[in-house]
Amino acid sequence: MFFFENRQVVTPGDLLAEGDYVAGNNTYKDESRIYASRLGLVEYGEKVVQVVALNTFYIPSVGDQVIGKIEDVNINGWVVNINSPYKAALRASEALNKPFRQQKDDLTRFLDVGDLIFAKIISFDRTIDPVLTIKEPGLGKITQGQIVKVSPAKIPRIIGRKASMINMLKKETECKITVGQNGIILISGPSPEHERLAIMAIEKIAQEAHTSGLTDRITEMIRKEKGEKK
Amino acid sequence: MINENGLRVDGRKPNELRLIKMEVGVLSNADGSAYIEQGKNKILAAVYGPREVHPRHLALPDRALLRCRYHMAPFSVEERKSPAPSRREIELSKVIKEALEPAIFLEKFPRTSIDIFIEVLQADGGTRCAGTTVAALALADAGVPMRDLVVACAAGKVDGVIVLDLNDIEDKEGEADVPVAYMPNLGLISLLQMDGSLTIEEFNQSLNLAMDGCKQIYKFQKEALKARYVTIKEEVEECLR
Repeated sequence: MFFFENRQVVTPGDLLAEGDYVAGNNTYKDESRIYASRLGLVEYGEKVVQVVALNTFYIPSVGDQVIGKIEDVNINGWVVNINSPYKAALRASEALNKPFRQQKDDLTRFLDVGDLIFAKIISFDRTIDPVLTIKEPGLGKITQGQIVKVSPAKIPRIIGRKASMINMLKKETECKITVGQNGIILISGPSPEHERLAIMAIEKIAQEAHTSGLTDRITEMIRKEKGEKK
Repeated sequence: MINENGLRVDGRKPNELRLIKMEVGVLSNADGSAYIEQGKNKILAAVYGPREVHPRHLALPDRALLRCRYHMAPFSVEERKSPAPSRREIELSKVIKEALEPAIFLEKFPRTSIDIFIEVLQADGGTRCAGTTVAALALADAGVPMRDLVVACAAGKVDGVIVLDLNDIEDKEGEADVPVAYMPNLGLISLLQMDGSLTIEEFNQSLNLAMDGCKQIYKFQKEALKARYVTIKEEVEECLR
């Protein structure tokens, strides 16, 4: 039995459903009752009841790609801020292609405090802080572009269903867009003008994430902006 | 304290709440924030976290550390209050923290801290209750997963009459005061105090009245949270026109 309509706003503690359902994101189950645990929009599926949250913070998950900032350099690695309650560790062996020699190698030559990296989380659980790697293709130090920060709750909307939104953005703005699951997005384009347009579009998506027909509206906005420039 | 028509010092009926106004997301630098006006009370709450614990040794291995600071501004009362935390403020910080604790999924975020700051800008009795109510809103705004919202309200006895939501004069001159914090969907009480003396019957009456008051305030709380979403939606629709 459902107690709300689909896509209605719910607050923490609201009884969403009772019966044989699975508690999805941002909900919890007490016996056969499912309650909301965050402010957001409720979505009733065939089996799963979930809440699309209005605001969340980033909790690391193995396999996520994130954008982080180097905060400290240790003797055998770096401490990285990944916009989450937990600081991530990047070991020298996960960053260098050659064997790491503590006496000879100066880690600040590769990455120094303040540098940004695009990395993947290789391990995380309740007991240990997340560990990163930048050894895979596409990962590594960020050398150019601009950064936008949005709430991690909006990331699925920015990517869109089957990446429709992000592909449209890339096509329309001619920028390379790298999305970190932690709510940090890197944009690098042929000119600052292009980048500015992409940032504007992303901020608009984050602001209007809960409305329908967004992809079309964003496309229209970008085309209009581009038209004015010419 | 109660006039011949049965009305209280500020003209309210015994079971009437003060005027309540709530707003969510008022501070941009905090992860979550809320503001409440309840009668002459004006209280701001800010939430930070979950975030890294400083100092490090306070971190708990199995759950998040919840910290709460209730503070009254020097200008919040008639005679200037020293800004240093008083005995009373330290106690209220602890009491509010313990009232909110059972509502939060602390065990989901081990080794982190969630910090709540409650700043009383203007006080007129019942600030611990209003502070709890507004802190719960700020927590929900910050996106901290919660079992339920927490809402608090007091009832008490003034001039032999059981009254709801006491103000400062009624609190000081009255016979008794029973603050209650309540989780409305779960039906659980997370704070129950009593100051003064009541018979068992009067106590039961006060408790029920306070819980009724909580349920009324809960409606305002939900509206305030939903208003956050509605404003976003309205802005978008405005642009579309």
